[in-house]
Amino acid sequence: MLRAMECRELLGNLMDYLDGEAEAALCAEIERHLAACPDCRVIVDTTRKTITLYRAYAPPVIPEDVRRRLYRVLNLEDFIA
Amino acid sequence: MGTRHNLSNPTASKGITDNVEDEAVLLSRLQAGDRAAFAYLVELHSPHVYRVALKLLGDEQEAEEVLQETFLRAFEKIGQFEGRARLGTWLYRIATNLALMRLRKRQLPTVPLDEPLSGEDGEEMPRELLDWSQLPEEELLSAEARAEMDAAIAALPETLRSVFVLRDIEGLSTQETADVLGLSVPAVKSRLLRARLALRERLSEYFAERVRQVDHA
Repeated sequence: MLRAMECRELLGNLMDYLDGEAEAALCAEIERHLAACPDCRVIVDTTRKTITLYRAYAPPVIPEDVRRRLYRVLNLEDFIA
Repeated sequence: MGTRHNLSNPTASKGITDNVEDEAVLLSRLQAGDRAAFAYLVELHSPHVYRVALKLLGDEQEAEEVLQETFLRAFEKIGQFEGRARLGTWLYRIATNLALMRLRKRQLPTVPLDEPLSGEDGEEMPRELLDWSQLPEEELLSAEARAEMDAAIAALPETLRSVFVLRDIEGLSTQETADVLGLSVPAVKSRLLRARLALRERLSEYFAERVRQVDHA
């Protein structure tokens, strides 16, 4: 369980930091904190990994049978490649 | 045909980030009832629409129904589309609304919206602090892990799930996500933080156990 106020502040800024949208000064402050706080380091690393995993797991394409039925419903079968 | 659109090869385009000029050409052809333009729109955006519906609903059959309804509705309403939003954003909005309507029929909301991140008791603060991010890929993307990921996303309230799916899985910007959902940018950021931390917590509980098993092996 996190206790220090500083850690709560980090969580509040976590979105901008993870998305690369935090300003340079804030980034530097967060990174100083992360270097000294292993718990926050874990939170940042595992949150980033969580996002990466969901992205990696998302189906990249539509299944062919679903695609064919869609074209049929839309009366566009003659355009199926 | 005097257009820069390559209707025979939609995969050459970049999807939602498609060039604005090209989009104006496409829109005028759609509004003129050009079937090839409709086919192009479907080819370009159907994978995105399907994925959003699937991730929001967690059910292939329902996702397919939402996919079909989205394009049927888009074709019906294209004459009223004024081009203020991107076509992709508009399709995401139709699909998300259709999927959320289905979710609302299924269940009552369980968590109040936009509460502060943590209460006095730090209820939403991270609890599991074991680092599992270095586990090997085969552990992280095993069938069991993917089932856990599905369960974790299904357990999110729909308000958080929709933000996470659009922003993190689909890769829309914060502003685009706000446009699709009709939210402010701060509301998107607040919900995204809660969604990410909730998913992180649930996956951490699962993967931390795997780390402990590996350590004891």
